Amino acid sequence: MSEYEKMGLKVGLEIHQQINTSHKLFCECPTTMDEESQGELERYLRPVASELGQIDVAAFFEWEKGKKVVYEVPRRSSCLVECDEEPPHPMNIDAIKLGLAMTLAFNGEPLDEIFVMRKTVIDGSNTSGFQRTAIVGLGGYIKDVDGVITIQTIAIEEDAARKLEETPTSVKYNLDRLGIPLIEISTGPDIRSPEQAKRVALLIGQMLRLTGKVKRGLGTIRQDLNVSILGGVKTEIKGVQDLDMIPKIIENEANRQRELLRIRDELRARITREDFAKKVVEKDLTELFASSRSRLIQSELKKGGKVLGLLAPGFKGLLGRQVMPGRRFGTEISDYVKALAGLGGIFHSDELPNYGIVEEEVQRVAKELGVGELDAFILVVGPEEKVKKAIQVIKDRLSQAFEGVPKETRAANEDGTSKFMRPQPGSARMYPETDIPSILSRELLEDAKKMVPPTPEQKLKELMKMGLNEELAKQVLNSPRLDQFEYLTRKYVNVSPTVIATTLENTLKYVKSQGGNIDKISDGDIEAVIASVSQGRITKDSIPQILLEYSTPNSNVGIESVISRYTGISEEELINLIKEIVAQNSEEVKSKGEKAFSLLMGKVMERVRGRAEGKKVAELIRKVMKDETG
Amino acid sequence: MLEGYRGKALELLSSLGAEIGDVLQVYNDKVSVKGILMPSYSRDDSVIVLKLDNGYNAGFSVNKVKVSLLEKGNRPQERSEHRELLPGKVKIISTGGTIVSKVEYETGAVRPALSTEEIIRFVPEIQEITSISAEILFSILSENMKPEFWVKIAEAVKRAFDEGSEGVVVAHGTDTMSYTAAALAFSIQRLPGPVVLVGSQRSSDRPSSDSGINLVSSVLLAKEAPFGEVVVNMHGESSDTYTLAHRGVKVRKMHTSRRDAFQSINDHPLAKVLWKERTVKVLRNDYLRRSDGVELNPKFENRVFLLKFYPGLRPDIVDILLSSGYRGIIVEGTGLGHTSSDFQEAFKRAVKEGLFVGMTSQCLFGRVNMNVYQTGRLLQQSGVVPLGDMLPEVALVKLMWALGQTSDLEEVKRIMLTNLVGEYNPRHSLDHFPRWKHE
Repeated sequence: MSEYEKMGLKVGLEIHQQINTSHKLFCECPTTMDEESQGELERYLRPVASELGQIDVAAFFEWEKGKKVVYEVPRRSSCLVECDEEPPHPMNIDAIKLGLAMTLAFNGEPLDEIFVMRKTVIDGSNTSGFQRTAIVGLGGYIKDVDGVITIQTIAIEEDAARKLEETPTSVKYNLDRLGIPLIEISTGPDIRSPEQAKRVALLIGQMLRLTGKVKRGLGTIRQDLNVSILGGVKTEIKGVQDLDMIPKIIENEANRQRELLRIRDELRARITREDFAKKVVEKDLTELFASSRSRLIQSELKKGGKVLGLLAPGFKGLLGRQVMPGRRFGTEISDYVKALAGLGGIFHSDELPNYGIVEEEVQRVAKELGVGELDAFILVVGPEEKVKKAIQVIKDRLSQAFEGVPKETRAANEDGTSKFMRPQPGSARMYPETDIPSILSRELLEDAKKMVPPTPEQKLKELMKMGLNEELAKQVLNSPRLDQFEYLTRKYVNVSPTVIATTLENTLKYVKSQGGNIDKISDGDIEAVIASVSQGRITKDSIPQILLEYSTPNSNVGIESVISRYTGISEEELINLIKEIVAQNSEEVKSKGEKAFSLLMGKVMERVRGRAEGKKVAELIRKVMKDETG
Repeated sequence: MLEGYRGKALELLSSLGAEIGDVLQVYNDKVSVKGILMPSYSRDDSVIVLKLDNGYNAGFSVNKVKVSLLEKGNRPQERSEHRELLPGKVKIISTGGTIVSKVEYETGAVRPALSTEEIIRFVPEIQEITSISAEILFSILSENMKPEFWVKIAEAVKRAFDEGSEGVVVAHGTDTMSYTAAALAFSIQRLPGPVVLVGSQRSSDRPSSDSGINLVSSVLLAKEAPFGEVVVNMHGESSDTYTLAHRGVKVRKMHTSRRDAFQSINDHPLAKVLWKERTVKVLRNDYLRRSDGVELNPKFENRVFLLKFYPGLRPDIVDILLSSGYRGIIVEGTGLGHTSSDFQEAFKRAVKEGLFVGMTSQCLFGRVNMNVYQTGRLLQQSGVVPLGDMLPEVALVKLMWALGQTSDLEEVKRIMLTNLVGEYNPRHSLDHFPRWKHE
């Protein structure tokens, strides 16, 4: 039994993938990013009760921050619908069909009637204050080497606006991404190891790509992870963009939950929750720090701030306990304070003296608060209103430590750790989208069946049938550029699929290894090159040179002008060039005879590489040599 | 009760003894899920709608799944009966519309149902501005508004001032809000404070609703504005920055969906309200001041017609109106105030029979001038009265009201031509016309 099985690890994935439709989910805007702004809007959102009369906790949490939301309004990829100034148009049926097709691919059950719901999100990422989302299918499964993974739901939803910047009082978004259709696939909590989670994510990602109808590139696929261990709580970790990070994030979360459970057990051995509640004390310690050398404290006091101290009975040594690499239990509390009270952070006794707070001050605080042998204390510094709120937040969080793992939504950090984001939303955040009539799926199922992706095995066979060798076929199969391969091979039938596959899978890597900036090479650039091969303007051998030259950092030359430098050389020109080189090397040719061939070949190719095929050059050199020597 | 269910689904649910709010299980060989039975707003009578644990609503056809009743649940709570709050400095009179609307399960559409108390709960900060009292007069969508409702609203407004309110806010659907505004403006001659009509373009059940800011601003305006006029107070721009108080007889809904749909036409707004700063910025000084009492005269004659002229319209329509007992016609003519010359005789007959015929322009911006072209002069000779820059709908409401006061045609004409509450603006400057960006 592996370590994680012993811990009772359970993981579920939510995979969000942008769909490559011609227009957005609820309007006729294109699904492309757009930087050209036609102005800004300024809005405020407030929570509302659901159809069951409840208000969502996560929504209230955001509202309490009272943030101003600013939207940049892009000219080409937004309209009044994104501005929340016009009701949504009927739902993009192509997106629904893809959702139904994936449901069928998982062997799940399409819903008979699809209802668009409003999922309350009032961080501003949706101008309406909710994300429109609809489940299109339930159930189904995929097979992993370690067992069957169930699929819970397949939903189609709108992507959120793209966040540009955030300050304590406002947040700014661009509306270009808002409304791009996403397919959301949620697995059951059947995954048992960090590595399995990655495999499952890869497999689902590949199935999506095999439909040929999804977008690719940074930010077009995002994973959320639901992680729990035995005795812990299902914790949602949002915004994982890099598949390779999945195992690490899961490991860290499993260990965090285990540490929190250990802290709970130690605490319970020391003190009951009731005693904790009775003994916990808070005190204004502003006077005590009046002449502190801590710069942070001094700057807050100058602004009229306060220092509050909190006695944490039974917590000695626990606040400093590491729960994730580089993150202590104290850090968890600090995150709550940052998010819920808007303060920079806390000081706690397990890390003091430090930060300019000296031993003498620590002693005085301990005395002032009556810190006992097993107790800890926490200090908060800042404006009175905020420190008071912070103290309440800390008390609540410390009290939760007696239960173990609190229910929360966390945000993934780049290093594989995660931090508190907000309380977990409940089902109260969902209510019906009344502006959009429901959709009966039976009218769409015929079309959906045609969109069901082939299995990877089927697709591999298909690719090899096109003439790719197995290795290349596998590369294409696993490639994010699969859709581009299909597009180019369909459009340029006289170009060998192997050439196209090699260009996409190997040439780009080669160009990158040679220092080319492959971000500069757009799909259109690649198509221009393949089109030139198709027209016979250039040879396939020149592709690497063209792309390398085009993508040289700091080069501003357009792809067409690079291509024109490599357009083929006529036979007559080639013969003249060979004659010229033979003449220049007449001595060698005379003395070495036939053996001078490789020398000539090298010199000619140096001049015509990319513009003439080697085979042709060799043939002509032999011909010229024969003519010359008679 | 199984709200909205019919056909097969109703049959099955009844046989199970299921009610809205119960927890049901649906299953077949592929799926098995449980959820709370929701009222149906389905397009298919075999479909039952469940709210799943994750909050999504999903439709299952009883033809394809088996259904069982797991547990009886709580019916979604009925809204508590409203009660009138104590007299406050500002009174909110609720008439319906998007600003007080919520989801209707049968159709899935939005219906007016929020009580005034719920509005206050929704925007608690209005109570920080002043004391509020509230009354639900009726709950109708504004397209169902009628002159008899205008009378009721006018009476409620008077009652509010008589009770000691300093200002009145009328929550109203936006579609016909400007008609009601005009009706109140003509029928309440003297006002001790502002009567603020307010609505919303995004329903209150969404976090981005404009209703919160519009309401807060309206309460502020009702309390603090120095005028005794009927105004429409709505978003001043698409951003949530400020609202504008438009004179009730010079305002029009100019967009189907934007927050800033309401615009003053041939006029400038009276005031700007900055909701965040809680300030009212008065933009003009030619407003009607608060009076020391309230005088009501809400009588309207329904038999008035708004005739929009278009190429090919035949004059027999005038004779039809005449024979149907209509008492007046407001013509929405072309350009400076024209119809085809075919109408001269018909109008002449109508006026002779005692009908009032007034001319406005379908251009909306600018005023009619029936002296420039011969057609106009001939129409005037037929007895058609040019109504300056009055908006067609305002002229219509004014004529309804004028005919409610008197049946003497000369007196009606005098009333129609008198600038009672700012419905005429004799001076138009260059900035009374919006310009669209073209480059």
